[in-house]
Amino acid sequence: MSETPLVEITGLCKWFGEFSALWDINLSVMRGEKVVICGPSGSGKSTLIRCINQLEEHQKGSIRVDGQEVRPGMKGIEKIRREVGMVFQSFNLFAHMSVLDNLTLGPVRNRGMAPAEARELAMSYLEKVRIAEQAAKYPAQLSGGQQQRVAIARALCMQPKLMLFDEPTSALDPEMIAGVLEVMEGLARDGMTMIVVTHEMGFARRVADRVVFMDKGEIVETAPPEAFFGAPRTARAAEFLSQLLAH
Amino acid sequence: MAQSVISLDRKPPAGLNKGAFARRMLQIGQALAVLGAIGWLIWAGIAQLEYRWQWYRVEPFFYRVVDGELIWGPLVRGLILTLKIAGLAGALAILIGFLTALARMSGSIAGRAIATTYLEAIRNTPLLVQLFLVYFVLAPIIGIDRFWAGVLCLAFFEGSFAAEIIRGGIRGVDRGQVEAARAVGLTRVDSYRYIIVPQALPLILPPLTGLMISTIKHSAIVSVIALAELSTQALNLISNTFMAFEIWFITAAIYLSLTVTLSFAVTLFEWRLNKPRR
Repeated sequence: MSETPLVEITGLCKWFGEFSALWDINLSVMRGEKVVICGPSGSGKSTLIRCINQLEEHQKGSIRVDGQEVRPGMKGIEKIRREVGMVFQSFNLFAHMSVLDNLTLGPVRNRGMAPAEARELAMSYLEKVRIAEQAAKYPAQLSGGQQQRVAIARALCMQPKLMLFDEPTSALDPEMIAGVLEVMEGLARDGMTMIVVTHEMGFARRVADRVVFMDKGEIVETAPPEAFFGAPRTARAAEFLSQLLAH
Repeated sequence: MAQSVISLDRKPPAGLNKGAFARRMLQIGQALAVLGAIGWLIWAGIAQLEYRWQWYRVEPFFYRVVDGELIWGPLVRGLILTLKIAGLAGALAILIGFLTALARMSGSIAGRAIATTYLEAIRNTPLLVQLFLVYFVLAPIIGIDRFWAGVLCLAFFEGSFAAEIIRGGIRGVDRGQVEAARAVGLTRVDSYRYIIVPQALPLILPPLTGLMISTIKHSAIVSVIALAELSTQALNLISNTFMAFEIWFITAAIYLSLTVTLSFAVTLFEWRLNKPRR
């Protein structure tokens, strides 16, 4: 593992108008590391990872991805986004395109890949998420779980250095969740660097190198999963965990 | 009692939709009755005028054959000019509308201010006044003839409405689609070309078709700057022949056939556009 972190966030602050959404966030993620971010809703988890690829603009502090500073309104942000795959809670597959076209658009337009080569690449990722037989279908014809696996494959098609997951299983029916988590665990085994916002504590235990607990826009606690789930150091984390386990 | 076998025989009972045919027939009957009543009113109104119909004189308005040579009559020449004016103005209006919509949604304060000023000024003043201003004041300065004065005037007028239609369509595209396009790393131009415009199109097309129909009809207003399009030709013919009803009916029928054809073509296109997603 190389010494420089893949993602380095220092002193990050973000406001929505007067509302302080993120406050003094410091977080480094090494290559190959898997970080799970959890916390109550409204705690800024999604906002934090959306700042990394600038779907949200921060106002203070610095974010570096692979050594390059990410600034609001910067030129060439596309180049950084191509190295950072993102999976959304609501899948956001391109509704007017077939599954295959969803996957090949990025490589063809962004990397100048030949369409035939892009199709081959896309099919290999569709096989990886075990959904190759659906390549010709449109997103609306798939179940939520299938759509989310396609969304993961679409992100992987750009062959990113880092994958961001924004509550990837929160919009899924219970019987669909396992398939998506399995794909994500396979990805983790392959050594992908991952930052995952999720409430799936089982997944966090099995996969995460570190768990980051956020509340009210701040990082409250960072710990390895055994330590975090076994004996949280802060009262807020303990309370959150007890609520999560209560049902 | 644990009866857990799922029933595979779920045919609807006979006679479930028995009333549907009768209801359909009743609706058709109602429509025919209303149309018949309107037709009778028109017929009775005209009959009361004791108008002398002269349909046999109409043919030369379309074409004449002189020494074996076909010469197009005033109505056909007018129709061709109307098509030119409406076609050019319609295409320019869509372009102007798209650019204005982009400017209105852009981060540039100057762009938003210019677009909004254009939109409100043009949309809220009469086309006739704009046409006179452009033809008598602006055209001599920038050196354009009456044809282009008419076309540009119409284009900017309809463009102000197109801008809001297109902006609404683009706004109607789910935010997540735009975010996904950005997250994949598409450039702004590519996001519009591959994601936003294709998804906005089905939302934009129905109102935009209405606007194009308006453009065809509004093109009649350029008759005031003596452009010899369909309405001008019709007016001239009426003042020469006093056959007001024949010529206005024919003119209306020509406009109607243009607009209905356009509606039909767009409906077909829309149907094709929406097909794959089902």
